[in-house]
Amino acid sequence: MSDFYLIYKNMTRKPLRLFLTCFAIFIAFLIFGAVTSLKSALNSSVELSADNRLVVFNRINFTQTLPIAYVQKVAAVDGVKNVTHLNWFGGYYQEPSRQVVSMAVDPESYLKVYEEIVVPEDQKQAWFNNRQGALVGEKLAEIYAWKIGDRIPLSSNIFTHNDGGYTWELVVSGIFKGDTEQYDTRQLLLHYKYFMETQTFGNDWIGWMALTTDDPAINETVAKTIDDNFANSQSETDTSTEKAFNKAFIEQIGNIGLIIFSVVFTAFFTILVVVGNTMALTIRERTGEIAVLKTLGFSSTRIFRMVLSESLLIAFVGGLSGLAAAWLLVEGVKTFLARFLPNLILGGDIALQAILFMLLLGLITGLMPAFQALRLNIVTAFNRQQ
Amino acid sequence: MSEEVLFQLKGVSKNFVKGKETISIFESLNMEIDCGDFVAIMGPSGSGKTTLLNMLGGVDQPSGGEVWFDSERIDSLSEGALTQWRARNIGFIFQFYNLMPMLNAQRNVELPLLLTNLSKSQRRHNVETALALVGLSDRAKHMPSEMSGGQQQRVAIARAIVSDPKLILCDEPTGDLDRATADEILEMLQLLNRDHGKTIVMVTHDPAAAKYANRTLHLDKGQFVQREIVA
Repeated sequence: MSDFYLIYKNMTRKPLRLFLTCFAIFIAFLIFGAVTSLKSALNSSVELSADNRLVVFNRINFTQTLPIAYVQKVAAVDGVKNVTHLNWFGGYYQEPSRQVVSMAVDPESYLKVYEEIVVPEDQKQAWFNNRQGALVGEKLAEIYAWKIGDRIPLSSNIFTHNDGGYTWELVVSGIFKGDTEQYDTRQLLLHYKYFMETQTFGNDWIGWMALTTDDPAINETVAKTIDDNFANSQSETDTSTEKAFNKAFIEQIGNIGLIIFSVVFTAFFTILVVVGNTMALTIRERTGEIAVLKTLGFSSTRIFRMVLSESLLIAFVGGLSGLAAAWLLVEGVKTFLARFLPNLILGGDIALQAILFMLLLGLITGLMPAFQALRLNIVTAFNRQQ
Repeated sequence: MSEEVLFQLKGVSKNFVKGKETISIFESLNMEIDCGDFVAIMGPSGSGKTTLLNMLGGVDQPSGGEVWFDSERIDSLSEGALTQWRARNIGFIFQFYNLMPMLNAQRNVELPLLLTNLSKSQRRHNVETALALVGLSDRAKHMPSEMSGGQQQRVAIARAIVSDPKLILCDEPTGDLDRATADEILEMLQLLNRDHGKTIVMVTHDPAAAKYANRTLHLDKGQFVQREIVA
């Protein structure tokens, strides 16, 4: 027999109470794990945005176009390192339900601005040299089992091909990865020139621009200069950092941070009160037994440790099972939500955060009863018992 | 009976503060307990019997005077040191047994040995010996709830002797038992005193229980009013 055995026997002496307490904690960490993963997935585009990357949209809104001539003018602005342009293609593969995030870009400048894209050199060159070539993200290639050299028909739900159809024939020239695990590789890039030549919507227009600055510190100045340059023109611009743009885009569906904070805080506070009350009650019920242990010669600090360990153990049993359930839930739904939330994962940082919360929960709920046990006077306890 | 003094109380006083009032339990109490003695302490309710027992066991401190145990002054020890002293020297037997309800008899008896450096096998050996001594070897795996009051008290006795303490303190050890079972328990205490040389101090209300002791001290209003040698 050891102290751990005593802690275990104390913990399990009322199985129903233990189950209910652990279940309450389980629910709290299930909510925490699932909701924090959701928040993280929503914010991943913000977090992964480069600090020195700006985006330039039409001032009216981001669906309006800009003239391609703007690209050269932006490139000439002081502090601009590289600039590229993008057109939303609105692609799908075979069925309209099989959406493909696809953009028509200028290959060379695009890879300079989006340095996080990793492509083998031979594949990169193959893409540059083939106007019908497409650079496909690793995850997207996996989903449709595309290989280099495959000819793929990609349809658009926005544009019409000059042959009267809606489908462009592309060749997979390369498959790219991201420089981090979180980088979304469920996308396809095609040549801007090929797109312009074959669509019927007019020429020399672009969707938006992306650029990098020499230093994040000059972002604001560069943005202001660009917007000032195009002020009072036919297409005024709105320049912001990519981070700010993505954040604003996400916040269109509500203040996720506030929702998550409110849900998690409410759940945690409720659990804290419930578990704290249960622990206090448990220790109060055991006053006589603690007095006996002290009488037998168990030191106050040893009993303090035992009570606190019991509370921590309950927090970790309930918390880790809740976190495991959250992980299973996230893994279960991430395939279905892949199109909307490609980065939905319960990562190590969330797990670590949850473990810290478990520690905190165990300490907060255990400290008061442990102090009660520490300060318990044997004589008073026996008198109360009689 | 050995002449060596195990316990000595010199001018011990004990006061409680209740609101603005100070209540005196003892004033200048003197007492000696020899090694191998079996002392019964009797007295009416509120006479201070349990308080005296608590002071002998180091769970309560006197307000004044000195308490000596085996040539060591214990009333000035810190709480931590007193806890260690209790674990080394004292075995406790309570009126309501006070066994841990979630542990079986064997584990209950093993509890005081967790405070020693004995190995697992040594602990098991000591527990088996103690349970055999109280005649409960066959009940080692039983939970307290599966045992009668007499059996539970015997487990408590085994727990009190398992670490071989010098002194066993009993607070109304038969107060919750019927006459026949009480006699069995008292005979067991007598056996521990007579055959194993254990020094025993027992607080009791029951004159029949006191007869098993070597001598009885009567406590009333914080003073020993009469000293009677029984055996």
